[in-house]
Amino acid sequence: MPDATGLELIAHELGDTVVETAYFRERATLQIDPAAIRATLEHLRGQGYTLLVSVHGVDYYPEEPRLGVYYELLDMSRVDRIAVKLRVPLDSPEVDSVTDAWPTANHQEREIYDMFGVVFRGHPDLRRILMPEDYEGHPQRRDFPIGGEPVIFTYDEAKWLESRA
Amino acid sequence: MEVKRERLRPGAKAPGLPGSSRDLRVQSLNPSQLLRGGDLEGANHPAHLEGTELERYVEERMLTTTLDSAVAWARSNAFFPLAFGLACCAMEQFHAAGPRMDIGRFGFEAFRASPRQADLIILAGRVSIKMAPIIRRLYDQMLEPKWAISMGACCSSMGVFNNYALVPADKFMPIDVHVPGCPPRPESLMHGVLKLRKMVQDDPDMGWRDRYDARGTEEIVADTSAGAAQDGAGGEQDPLPTTLHGMTSPPEDHDA
Repeated sequence: MPDATGLELIAHELGDTVVETAYFRERATLQIDPAAIRATLEHLRGQGYTLLVSVHGVDYYPEEPRLGVYYELLDMSRVDRIAVKLRVPLDSPEVDSVTDAWPTANHQEREIYDMFGVVFRGHPDLRRILMPEDYEGHPQRRDFPIGGEPVIFTYDEAKWLESRA
Repeated sequence: MEVKRERLRPGAKAPGLPGSSRDLRVQSLNPSQLLRGGDLEGANHPAHLEGTELERYVEERMLTTTLDSAVAWARSNAFFPLAFGLACCAMEQFHAAGPRMDIGRFGFEAFRASPRQADLIILAGRVSIKMAPIIRRLYDQMLEPKWAISMGACCSSMGVFNNYALVPADKFMPIDVHVPGCPPRPESLMHGVLKLRKMVQDDPDMGWRDRYDARGTEEIVADTSAGAAQDGAGGEQDPLPTTLHGMTSPPEDHDA
C-alpha cells in the first residue's frame, strides 16, 4: 500500500485527471475522471501495479453522479495495492472497457452492466451474465424494489384465481 | 417311491427312543396340511367349520381391495426420485438417502438420473428465475403419475433470498408437499416423503391438480422423421416443444 505521501505522488504524476484522493485505514484510493480510466490504469501498470484484482460497481443513490466503478490493482512483487474509482451519471453511464488490456475485466464488466447498468464502451461481448437475457432493470441499483414477488399460498389462492379469470 | 412325512405331536418322545409306543403318534400329512401346521384335529380347523363360523374364518384371513388402491400402494412404496439438487438443501437430501436416515426403508432410494425414469422431483434448494424454465422442463419430461416436493424455505417462499433473483416453485409448477426448514433436516424430508406416501395411498389432493390445470403436462417430443415424411416439408422441424400447455403462470407483479 502506498502511504498517504506516496498516494499524493502518484496523483501528482497523473495530473488533472485525478478528481480526488483518499487515504483511509491504510487504503489508498484515487478518484479519477471517467474518460481517463484507460490512461490511469496503463500508468499504474507501468508503476508495477500489474494485476487487476477486481472490478466492481457501486450505486451512490441518491447522490449524483450516481454510479461508480471501482478498480482494485495489486503490485505482486511489493504486495502493494491501490484502488481507482470513477463515477458516471445515471443518464449516460458509459465507461471505456479495459477488457482488451486486462482480460479478467471481461466477466466483471459484464456483471456490472448486468447489475448496475454501466455500459462499457468497446467491450467485446456486453451481455447480461447473471440474470436472464430478457430481464428488465438492473437489480443491484438501490432504487430497485427489494422485495420479491408475493407467494401464492392457499390463503390467497382465491384472489389469484380471480385475477386469472 | 412314496415319501412319507411324519410329524410328532407336541410333547411326544422322539422316535426310536425307548418308551411307550402309545405316546408316539405318527400321521401321514400332505403338503397343504403341512402348511397349515398339521393340526387336523380340533373344532377350529376349517374342515370342521360350517356356516357363520366358516365365513368368519375366511373373513379373518382374506383382504379385499380395489385395483386402484393396490396400484397406489405399490406406487407409494416405490418412488423413483430424480437425482437433482439445487443448493444446500441437497446436502440434507443426500443424508436422507444415507445410512442414518435411509429413506430406502420406504422404497425411495432409487434415485434416477433421467427425468423420464423418475416419478418424483425434490426441489432441494433455491430456484433462480434463470433456472425455473429448466426445472419446469424437467418436470414436464417426467411421465404421469408424478409428484413434486418443494424442500426448504427458499423453494417454497424464497426464504432468506427473497429478492430479484429467485422465484418460488409454486409459481411455475405444481408442488404436492412443502417441507419447511432452512434447510430441513433429513428427518423433515423423510416426514415429507411419508406424507407424500400417505397422500398417494389415500389420494387426498383435494382437487388442486384440476384447479391448477396441472394434469397432462408431459413434454412429448414430436417424431420429426415421420412428420417430415408426411408433409414432405424439407425445412428443419424443432424437435423440442416451444409451448408448455397446461399450467399457466400467475400474473407478473414485478414493477421493474
